[in-house]
Amino acid sequence: MNQKKGRSKFIFLCVAPAFILFAIFMIIPTINVFRMSVYKWSGFSASKEFVGFDNFRILFEDMVFIKSFQNTVLLLVVVTIITMSLALLFAAIMSREQVKGKDLYRVVFYIPNILSVVIIAAIFSAIYDAKDGLLNGFLGMLRLDFLQNMWLGDQRIVIYSVAAAMIWQSVGYYMVMYMASMSSIPESFYEASALEGTGKVRQFFSITLPLIWQNLRNTLTFFIISSINLSFTLIKAMTGGGPDGSTEVFLNYMYKQAYTNSSYGYGMAIGSIVFLFSFGLSLAVSRITKRETLQY
Amino acid sequence: MISNKLYKVFIYVILSLLALSIVVPMLWVLLASVKEKSEFYGNPWSIPAGVFIQNYIEAFTEASMGSYLLNSLFATLLALVILLAVAVPAAYVLARYKFKGRKILNLLFMGGLFINVNYIVVPIFLMLLDGDKLLGNWFPNGLFIDNLAVLALVYAATTIPFTIYLLSGYFQTIPEVFEEAAAIDGCSHFTTMVRIMIPMARPSIVTVILFNFLAFWNDYIIALTLLPGPHKTLPVGLLNLMTAQKAAANYGRLYAGLVIVMVPALILYILVQRRLVEGMTAGGTRE
Repeated sequence: MNQKKGRSKFIFLCVAPAFILFAIFMIIPTINVFRMSVYKWSGFSASKEFVGFDNFRILFEDMVFIKSFQNTVLLLVVVTIITMSLALLFAAIMSREQVKGKDLYRVVFYIPNILSVVIIAAIFSAIYDAKDGLLNGFLGMLRLDFLQNMWLGDQRIVIYSVAAAMIWQSVGYYMVMYMASMSSIPESFYEASALEGTGKVRQFFSITLPLIWQNLRNTLTFFIISSINLSFTLIKAMTGGGPDGSTEVFLNYMYKQAYTNSSYGYGMAIGSIVFLFSFGLSLAVSRITKRETLQY
Repeated sequence: MISNKLYKVFIYVILSLLALSIVVPMLWVLLASVKEKSEFYGNPWSIPAGVFIQNYIEAFTEASMGSYLLNSLFATLLALVILLAVAVPAAYVLARYKFKGRKILNLLFMGGLFINVNYIVVPIFLMLLDGDKLLGNWFPNGLFIDNLAVLALVYAATTIPFTIYLLSGYFQTIPEVFEEAAAIDGCSHFTTMVRIMIPMARPSIVTVILFNFLAFWNDYIIALTLLPGPHKTLPVGLLNLMTAQKAAANYGRLYAGLVIVMVPALILYILVQRRLVEGMTAGGTRE
């Protein structure tokens, strides 16, 4: 009996602190996001007014929100497609070919992933600077002046400048991930297909891709959620959503509504939408990409 | 044969291009950090005339990067200590003990993997603000906001789900005979955990430390929100420096600041990169 009591006590003492911290700083705030979204609220308890779904109704007529939604989706599509393609291409090359200095390449490619977003923002601001930037300087050296641009000042291209920074940050991480899952594919599969004269491109699509499909699915879900967050932190540090709202994304807009505008209720309505959006999107992706898993 | 050679060339060209796109900007930051003010005009690709240490001195003294560095170190290390103290025992028990409510707890922590701190940082801020109002009589200057220890607590709390997920996965792979042997020797639950199981889980604990060190060290959204006063962390200080130096067209200090934030993460990464990659592929994508 005593031993059993000791066991329960031990279990409780081990789990309780972690659970309490988790509940206070994650579960309760998550519930609060949704709870606060139905109030008109400036952050001071006195002026809290229940407005039901009014915040959400206003949201869908708010042009800045709609723009920020479009930007988020645009970034997700562009960045996902390019990052995934590049990561797969590089991973396939690195794991299928005899590359000299393979380890060094791998170490270098992973570096952007360990840097703070603030550093990435600063580096890319220096690259994109219209007057003293590396990119325009480089184009000038190559006598390609006509390609020079205001990379962060032109409303039409600034979103792609940000996308490039996001791709730069993530390619190495996913490449390393895919290299790991490609390395477990038995060499004999490639040997057998090579005997039948299959080319490298064909091998990639018929052997490599189907066999790492499960891993690709998992990373895709993870990638979508982390891209939503990366786009926010990067834009906050790099453009602040500007010029003139052309790089606004919805988490940044939420932050502005809450802190700059003191419209906490409205901000949390945006937060709720982001929450549901990213959850729904990852479910959808996982559904769409579902197919029979190949065993080997 | 020729196409084969062309293919090889193509491979090295694209690999080198990607590698250069990473190495060149970083080297450039390093070089820019020792340039004098006048050298920032004209060609951005010019090599610095000499090593101008003044930027670093100014970054440390005038831009307070020195005290931000200490703040960052303090918050990061304290967060790691708190995280390990609460998450390691929890992960161990959740992985190795059968008890009532275990399933629900596991489900909750798993669900926590989907919660991102970026949308809950506003409610956390308001909660701490309310706490300060409540304690206003005893702590007129506030206790929770602008407190590095509270920041560390929030850091630790928000990475608990991921840490438990990674560690439980590892604990589950350890054979049961070790606990049985310990029980026969008369070890208590606590001694078994501390003396036998935790040392065996060392590799995955190292992975946890690495990932979370980088996450805490590099964070700026939580720090920006929870530390509105003068006690900033390095990335937030750097962000301020970025705005200030752009306005003043004085870039040297900014690049010195960049190097100061970048170097600790880089050193850690170079020392342990193999482990980091192994840990990532072992924990990050397990189904």
